Amino acid sequence: MTKALAGIAALAVVPLVLAGCSAGSATTDGPVEIKYSLWDANQMPAYQQCADDFHAANPDITITIDQSGWEDYWQKINTGLVSGNSADVFTSHLAYYPEFVLNDQILPLDDYIKADGIDTSIYQDGLVDLWKSPEGVQYGLPKDFDTIALFYNQQLTDAAGITAEQLGALDWNPDDGGTYEDVIAHLTVDKDGVRGDEAGFDKNNVETYGIWFEASNAGALGDGQTQWSYLAAANGWEATDGPWGSSYNFDAPEFQDTITWWRSLIEKGYMPSLAAQTGISWSDQLTAGSVALASNGSWMTGYVFGATTDSFTPAVAPTPTGPTGERASMFNGLADNIWAGTKHPEEAWEWVKYMGSLDCQSVVADAAVVFPAIPEATDAAVEAFAAKGVDVNAFTIQVDEGTTFLFPITDHKSDVNALMTPAMEAVMSGKEPVSSLSAANDQVNALFK
Amino acid sequence: MAAKVSRDNQIVPAMLFLIPASIGFLAFFLWPTIRGIYLSFTDYNLLRDPTFIGFQNYIDIFNDAVFWRSMAVTFQYVFINVGLQTVIALALAVLMHRFTRSMVIRGVVVLPYLIANVIVALVWFWLADYSLGLINAAIDWLGFSKIGFFGSEAWAMPTIALVNVWRHVGYTALLLFAGLQAIPRDVYEAAEVDGAGEFRVFRSVTLPLLRPVLAFVLVVTVVGSFQIFDTIAVTTGGGPVDATRAINFYIFERAFERFDFGYASALAVILMILLATIALIQNRLLRANESDMER
Repeated sequence: MTKALAGIAALAVVPLVLAGCSAGSATTDGPVEIKYSLWDANQMPAYQQCADDFHAANPDITITIDQSGWEDYWQKINTGLVSGNSADVFTSHLAYYPEFVLNDQILPLDDYIKADGIDTSIYQDGLVDLWKSPEGVQYGLPKDFDTIALFYNQQLTDAAGITAEQLGALDWNPDDGGTYEDVIAHLTVDKDGVRGDEAGFDKNNVETYGIWFEASNAGALGDGQTQWSYLAAANGWEATDGPWGSSYNFDAPEFQDTITWWRSLIEKGYMPSLAAQTGISWSDQLTAGSVALASNGSWMTGYVFGATTDSFTPAVAPTPTGPTGERASMFNGLADNIWAGTKHPEEAWEWVKYMGSLDCQSVVADAAVVFPAIPEATDAAVEAFAAKGVDVNAFTIQVDEGTTFLFPITDHKSDVNALMTPAMEAVMSGKEPVSSLSAANDQVNALFK
Repeated sequence: MAAKVSRDNQIVPAMLFLIPASIGFLAFFLWPTIRGIYLSFTDYNLLRDPTFIGFQNYIDIFNDAVFWRSMAVTFQYVFINVGLQTVIALALAVLMHRFTRSMVIRGVVVLPYLIANVIVALVWFWLADYSLGLINAAIDWLGFSKIGFFGSEAWAMPTIALVNVWRHVGYTALLLFAGLQAIPRDVYEAAEVDGAGEFRVFRSVTLPLLRPVLAFVLVVTVVGSFQIFDTIAVTTGGGPVDATRAINFYIFERAFERFDFGYASALAVILMILLATIALIQNRLLRANESDMER
């Protein structure tokens, strides 16, 4: 009996001790551990370097980095938030953070920014705004950005007699496809070696496609980031009625004309069908010579250029100019969020501030994996890529020329993707007409009512 | 009096032995089930507290075209998977029982089952690739037109079903084989004396005596098939369009991708009721708890 009582007494003390801990550690005395999560294994070494430098400057704060792949990352973050055991700071994505804002799971940074006198104008234009809620509250400091370009196999373009200059000056329109379609057609080769723009081309027996169609990625068709958004935007289309919009424009002719043209590439045999693209991913198909050209994001640069073989010489060209007279690329940027339940908000902010600083972003730049958000660091990254023999001008030209458009941030992003992906698949497989996307658009917009 | 004492003595140890299993049952089955049923009547996104909304989730599900399509493709999968798997496994089991005692052959038959599901799915996914896969290269070489196995609406679900038949058939065959070994040899000898041929023996001796085992295997494989998830998750992701969005995958999407845990719980409750009903019907129809063996 006395034993049991002692046990109960011990149990009753535990919460008091815990409460004591959390109250005491809100101040900066004593060593503090900040847990940090990210998904990109390629960036891990650079951020480990940042963490070590940060620890050297702030011996009381130790950063522990936890990396898990993109597929598991968001489940891990979400279960962490629910169970009250999240990383203090985590890399966040525009498709997910509105949900965290809405549910009060991440800390607003405005007070910290004001107190420390942080200049948010040092970042590439627009990136800061991506992390601002509709009420103008700042939730993240930009750390990097990505744009879209055309990866290609130079051996195949050389064989087709197409120069890098030609690829850098392509134009496109949804009516006849412009020189962009000419190049895609010419790069397509059937089994007998007949090119797509030559007489006798057999579109049912294509050996090398002109351009790849990537639909396998979850949500990839929904926002078309790497597939069709650069064309639709160059055709004057805007996905929503502005940042944090409450209605989508999948019923607009600028969008549907783009998709009509895009789908026509499948019918012409220049692009694999929905059925034919399911399987091995686009980058391996490009390496293997199944395709000459593939649009994708700057984050794939390291992977594609790392896959160089005797038959694959990677290169990058910018996206074509459209009827607007300009190129277009979706501009997506990452930032770090601070978990609202952290016991050490001050220290977490110090770490976020450091990652948003030129010191850390220069380290990231030298790793030549992504483009840091501060222009000076961006330039350093371009040089670091060049030192590796990779010309990334095709990605940065969009920033230099101011032809980027922002990732369409809205609430209900995962529901929008869940509705649009099957609708787009039905269109691209030829099962439904392009006009069926108007009905899907009504369903999407109904989410916001 | 003595009997009573010994029974009392048995109850205490029995309870002790049951405690570990009961903890597992309570913590991992009963409590989640009760909580799942409760959540199915709520609007719950994990991050906010659940709000009670009565039968709204069930009404929405009834009007959800994706749910009905997911039921249709799930039944399609179960039909192909269980149908083929049972027939092939039965044939394999009878062949093993009648013609070989080799442990090596038994090992080979069960080998695919020892490979992790995800790996099996990925290897077949790559083998069946349209441009680079071995299967399509063979089809092309034979002069037929290539097939988008995982990418076309017509082929995707049958392909996934076949992949899982390949993985599970050996294990099912082994279960049936064990059932066959339990049938006394003298029945076969009697059948032989009566002049019954191989097929007649199978139809009139093997099948009726195997019925309880067959019933068990069918219940387990049908219930298992309804829960098809991993092969879909690593290959088609529910597509193309909705062709492989099986019910379990749809539940996962609703819960962990769209964070609609209330709706997903309601879907799970519907699946639970459906599976319980099917298992019950199967048990009745196949009289699984009786045997024809008593003589």
